Amino acid sequence: MNGEIKEKAQDNPFLPESARIVNTRYLTKDVKFFQVRFRDMEKALSFKYKPGQFAMVSVQGSGEAPFCISSSPSRPGLLEFCIQKKGTVTDALFRLKENDVIGVRGPYGNGFPVENMEDKDVMIVMGGLGVAPLRSVLLYCLDNRDLFNRVILLHGARTPSDMIFRDEFLSLKEREDLECFLTVDQDDSGGWKENIGVVTTIFPKIKAIDSSSTYGLVCGPPIMYKFVIEEFIKLNIPKDQILMTLERRMKCGVGKCGHCAIDYIYTCIDGPVFTYWDVIHMRELI
Amino acid sequence: MKIVKLKKKNLSPFLEGISKNADLWAPVKKYSDRHCFQIVEDLSLIDLDYTRTLLPPRNIILPPKFDMFQVAGIEYEPNFSHVAKRILFGIHPCDIHGLLIMDKFYSHSYEDPYYLESRKNTIVLGHSCWPDENCLCKSTNTHIVEEGYDLFFTDLNQDYLVWIGSSRGDDLIRLKPDLFEEEIKEKDIQSFIQRREEKDKAFQAEINFTAMPDLMELKYNDPLWEELGTACLACGSCSNVCPTCNCYNVEDKPVLGKNCANVNRCWDACTLEYYSGVAGGENFREQRSDRLKLWYTHKFQAYISKYGKPACVGCGRCVATCPVDINVLTVAKTLDGNSIDSFWKRLSKEVAK
Repeated sequence: MNGEIKEKAQDNPFLPESARIVNTRYLTKDVKFFQVRFRDMEKALSFKYKPGQFAMVSVQGSGEAPFCISSSPSRPGLLEFCIQKKGTVTDALFRLKENDVIGVRGPYGNGFPVENMEDKDVMIVMGGLGVAPLRSVLLYCLDNRDLFNRVILLHGARTPSDMIFRDEFLSLKEREDLECFLTVDQDDSGGWKENIGVVTTIFPKIKAIDSSSTYGLVCGPPIMYKFVIEEFIKLNIPKDQILMTLERRMKCGVGKCGHCAIDYIYTCIDGPVFTYWDVIHMRELI
Repeated sequence: MKIVKLKKKNLSPFLEGISKNADLWAPVKKYSDRHCFQIVEDLSLIDLDYTRTLLPPRNIILPPKFDMFQVAGIEYEPNFSHVAKRILFGIHPCDIHGLLIMDKFYSHSYEDPYYLESRKNTIVLGHSCWPDENCLCKSTNTHIVEEGYDLFFTDLNQDYLVWIGSSRGDDLIRLKPDLFEEEIKEKDIQSFIQRREEKDKAFQAEINFTAMPDLMELKYNDPLWEELGTACLACGSCSNVCPTCNCYNVEDKPVLGKNCANVNRCWDACTLEYYSGVAGGENFREQRSDRLKLWYTHKFQAYISKYGKPACVGCGRCVATCPVDINVLTVAKTLDGNSIDSFWKRLSKEVAK
């Protein structure tokens, strides 16, 4: 490789930065938590991102895939991911232990418009693995609690043992500055003290909201979007204040490989956070 | 722009003189009736009497498959071995426009060094052409070209008029200044004008591209897409031959017997079945009609809204290639209100009889 090309490779947007797994544990039977830190201290402290942005995570020799960042930029230094075992890259990730090194590049995507959400009510509805991107924005709101008005959390899972970050969320119930509702579809163990039923059964329990100054955020399994958005619309939340984050196949994260194209936009550049108006306007989104 | 004249007999000495330190890529006749760009050492193999090559020149800038990195242990070593000094000779205006679209795409927001490094090292020597029944470049306004080349050769029977499009192109002329004539005579200009007028009249196919973005919107849910989807073979040929298709896939490929892997990048096609599939089995575009819609959204609409012109350069490759006649020409006609006339539909009608 000649000198000029080597220099060019320095700002190669496809080159992963190496990061060390500092903590990993199972959150549910097929979802694992990964806490990673860039090996380069400088990079670890200067890595700036917004809630809702994602990173390309690679396992050397197995491949690379996009994962949303579950930690909050208000707690810099460590990056957190919650990852479900689903394919080649995640299989490889699940075999790794603490101190193993992976590749991370990013952050990519637009992220949630947290600046616009300031002084507003924020209603976060998450289901299943939808926790992964929304935990970031939830922690961001809690860490900057005075910037936001009401913060309302609705979190649904199939069973108590499927609830990702169950203990973390249960302890949040004690906070008075957060309206926290947890629910499971069914509880065979009998030990669940919170709501039982799908996440939409919680909506009637929420105290009246000021719809025009409310942001509704949703992420979860495909079926959830339809029903939760219906609830948001019933509450009169404006369509461009209903935010969701979407999943697509991505091979580059920087708008080149084409796989995440929807209409004339790229999920990796123009998303992955979209408004409900985008969904109506662009079709194909959900 | 500076224009000089070159006697046709001086072309070979010129090419020989400039290609000492670079691979000379030029059109060569292959498979009896097809032309391909390939590296030529024997200049007599160059055949400029061609309409379109089988594959677009983007395949020279970025090979169909190449390694982006070698991974050993935890280290990623960038691999730029696909970059070489190249001279691309005999490329037509539509394909130069194709490269211009790729240039814009790969340098927009994040720069792709794999494309841009290779493009920077490629000298583009364009050549004039003559349309056949599948050429659409007049409709896409890509039958003439004003940038994107270093030199452009316009064929005037005995001579070439040579447009110098870059400072690098000027340097090439200076390597062999004796071969060129500075003075362009009135009769050269007249024969140039005559040629241009005749060429303009030679086009047979036409598409109204300005109508396409609106028609794509209005006919988004039209049953025509289902019908086209039924006919489509999802073979990906249209993408393989298109000069503006930019999608690619990336895969880590372990090197057998060594403790390392290569991160391999290869062209992909949105018409292929698993293009939009994600881990876990979800596929956002399972239907062939949905994938065709994406392809035509890119060509007829998406690029227009971003850059003000279609992502089709009218080269006619998809027209010549698609085995079931689904191509920019037939799809545009169908969107414009004509009935679907794809080969597959015609065949099933025949069979039904």
